[in-house]
Amino acid sequence: MTMRRLVFYGALLALSLAAPFLFPAFKTQLATLWLMIIVALSWDMTGGQMGYNSLGNIFFYGTGMYVAAVITIAIAHDVGEYTAASGGGIYTWTWGQYFAGLVIGTLGAGFFCAVCAAVIGWITFGLRGPYFAIGTLGVAIAAGELVSNWDWVGGGQGITMPNYPGDFERFKLLIYYLFAALGITLFVFVSWLYSTRFGAAINAIRDDEEKAEAMGIHTLRYKMVTWAMAAVFVGAAGAVSAFQLIHFEPLETAYQTINLGIFMVVCVLLGGKGTLWGPVIGAVMFHAFKEVTWSYFLGWQWIALGALIVVVVVYFQDGLMGYLRQRRPDWFGMRVDAGETP
Amino acid sequence: MDQILFNIGLLFQFPLVNLKIVIDGLMIGAIFALAAYGLALVWGVMNVKNLAQGDFVIAGGYTSWFLVRTGWLQGLGLSDNAAALIGVPVAIAVMAGIGWICYRLVITRVVERDLFTSLLATFGLAIMMAQIMNLLFGSDTQSLKLEYDTLYFADGLIDVPIAKLIGVCMAAGLAVAVILFMKNSRMGQAIRATSQDSRAARVLGIDTERVYAFTFSLNAAICGAAGAIIVMVWVIQPFYGITYSIRAFVIVTAAGLGNLPGVIAAGLGIGAAEQYGSHVFGIGYQQAIAVLLLLLVLVWKLARQRRQRRVLE
Amino acid sequence: MTGAIIEVSGVSKSFGGVRANADISMSVEKGGITGLIGPNGSGKTTLFNSIVGYHPIDSGSIRFANREISGMAVPEIARLGLLRTFQQTRIYGAMNCVENMLVSLPHRKMSIRDAFRRNSTEDRERAETLLEFVGLYRKRLLRAGSLSFGQQKLLEFAMALMNEPEALLLDEPTAGINPTLINGLIDRLRLANAEFGITLFIIEHNMRVIMNMADTIYCLAHGRMLASGAPEEIQHDQRVVNAYLGAH
Repeated sequence: MTMRRLVFYGALLALSLAAPFLFPAFKTQLATLWLMIIVALSWDMTGGQMGYNSLGNIFFYGTGMYVAAVITIAIAHDVGEYTAASGGGIYTWTWGQYFAGLVIGTLGAGFFCAVCAAVIGWITFGLRGPYFAIGTLGVAIAAGELVSNWDWVGGGQGITMPNYPGDFERFKLLIYYLFAALGITLFVFVSWLYSTRFGAAINAIRDDEEKAEAMGIHTLRYKMVTWAMAAVFVGAAGAVSAFQLIHFEPLETAYQTINLGIFMVVCVLLGGKGTLWGPVIGAVMFHAFKEVTWSYFLGWQWIALGALIVVVVVYFQDGLMGYLRQRRPDWFGMRVDAGETP
Repeated sequence: MDQILFNIGLLFQFPLVNLKIVIDGLMIGAIFALAAYGLALVWGVMNVKNLAQGDFVIAGGYTSWFLVRTGWLQGLGLSDNAAALIGVPVAIAVMAGIGWICYRLVITRVVERDLFTSLLATFGLAIMMAQIMNLLFGSDTQSLKLEYDTLYFADGLIDVPIAKLIGVCMAAGLAVAVILFMKNSRMGQAIRATSQDSRAARVLGIDTERVYAFTFSLNAAICGAAGAIIVMVWVIQPFYGITYSIRAFVIVTAAGLGNLPGVIAAGLGIGAAEQYGSHVFGIGYQQAIAVLLLLLVLVWKLARQRRQRRVLE
Repeated sequence: MTGAIIEVSGVSKSFGGVRANADISMSVEKGGITGLIGPNGSGKTTLFNSIVGYHPIDSGSIRFANREISGMAVPEIARLGLLRTFQQTRIYGAMNCVENMLVSLPHRKMSIRDAFRRNSTEDRERAETLLEFVGLYRKRLLRAGSLSFGQQKLLEFAMALMNEPEALLLDEPTAGINPTLINGLIDRLRLANAEFGITLFIIEHNMRVIMNMADTIYCLAHGRMLASGAPEEIQHDQRVVNAYLGAH
């Protein structure tokens, strides 16, 4: 790593850590920004790097929320009894129980989502073509419906997490740092992953899957593992969101197919899919744009979102990084002429 | 769990219940087959996997519903029933227009690009359409409650609303019309030629751009008719579209492209399977059952593909 | 000669009513160069596709290194070390040549831990050596998609070598290649066979090329095995001459 890079990354890291103190009023927005970065980066693992566009990664977000909730409640109480009371009973958590729930719930959510990804991936990746996108979208929608019919986890009413047993501002800070830690871990993880042979292999799957198969790459295995790794991070992010939101319900919050489920795709497309920084930049761009303009759309924002997807997909599919790559290929270490090279 | 076992027991205790479920399933399945045929058409001819398929269906339903609710036709002395029947051709015409607009604005730039471009673009389209309908018509479920009688068989155990029968007949009539059109008309022949080899068709002087535009609006029109039939008997809601899209994909995946008898059979089969599913698990699991069927079809395809030593494109 | 590495016995394959392959039996000697010739439409590519697993066969058996492979799918067969190149070349157009080579590292020989490693300096050196070997060293950092068709073909060949296959099936390696480069390609194929010990099985239309290179040649016509033997025998076989001239 060159000195300049080191300084750049160091400054970014310092900014990330200092952000909630620099802008104390925007802790929640900043935490949401990290959430967007996490889901965008993990969507890009399959969508950008492997060429398989998932429309249902939100499934892992929702599932992560519910797994974390069930684990946290089960640590201290009986889940069925707790949800049946739906806020009517008095339930308390000790500090130890709360943090045990936070740790085990987040890890458990990640693990459970990875297992789900492997199973669904085995079915939907086996066939090439549109089945992955449609299958994942279907699974996310169906999951929302199933959970809202499932009384043990609160049904359509949703489920309530324990309150943070302490000061609320410190709670916001904790959530911010959890998201930030998860996001930084994910960024470091993918930048390492894309530099390995595994990363090259999933790029090969994107560029020409038939060739990759004919060259003996374990395509199905690589696809499943990639999606499972993405699922771990989305699931864990869902778990942190569950603690952040305290109360959530299945259709509008957990399995919010149309909100976060599509935002992540838009972020990646805007920033440029298949690049390391594209999803991050796209998430920042989209989040800033959304926070500033959303309320001025007066109910038209969802239509505008659909139109945005269409326009971006049709006219600007390579995103900002793709645009830059085309204009300045030398920035990306690519050569256009056959001259002798160092 | 007890409820599910009880429901399954019911099927064995009263065999006639099976017959009722199958009849219901075949009737709704005929409508599914219609939308799936449209999908197979655009998929086969222009290689566009249209995720807005279900939203065209719903939009067609709202067209007819709006026509009947405004009461213009009733003002001319027509009954609700007659107005609903006129709603079908109106929905066909309106949706053909909307399909054409969608083609000109979006799809024409997506044809012959990679798979995911068409999926994502049509998904964006689906979101827009669902949200526009939500703004226009609200998020409540809607249906035209028509004043047709119901036929009863087997001591009233089996009820067949005449409205449903009319719907099925219209669906069948429309299917026949489309088949005849594809077989005999010049445009139908051009469509079939383009689907086999678009470049060869262009060389032979077929205006493929026109063929694509026509195919896409034909698809939207077929979906519109399906929606107008649905709203006569069943219910629609702005966000139901995606379920119809998934069903259409299930059917086309199971039947394959360019296989009309297969599409009809798969459509009827999936209608029946869904009715069984909702009988056993309850009415609240409609989407989950559709997705479960999709996954089952995919697993079945996987097993079959393994024997054929190849991957499905 | 150390025995057969690919054994095809009694393989038939029909597409609809057309019998593309009828009761074909043949074998490819380990470590040798075997040629497959025949007029257009005689079923050569069909036979290749049957061997590497692109479609099921109707009857017969195909064995590779003493394992029945007629029921396996493409990636499984590729992982046994039986590789093919495509008539229409397939390379990863968006990557540069070195990346194309590095992706072609033999994944079948990798453990999970190996797959999560970065490419070592040796890998890079090997990739560059092989690119040098096919004459693409100077273009190694260019986007593979921007290479000419002939260069892509050479790149695909180098990628196949990178994969360290046991046997390599080449579908018309000289088609579309600049005639002045063909001699060089023949030398490289020979070298690959001699130095890396890769068994070659080649479909070829260019008689001069195949007669020069192969130890054994099989000739197909109308989906049937017409003749087989050493190049000299085939050259003088009246049936082969007739098949190519269209006499029956």
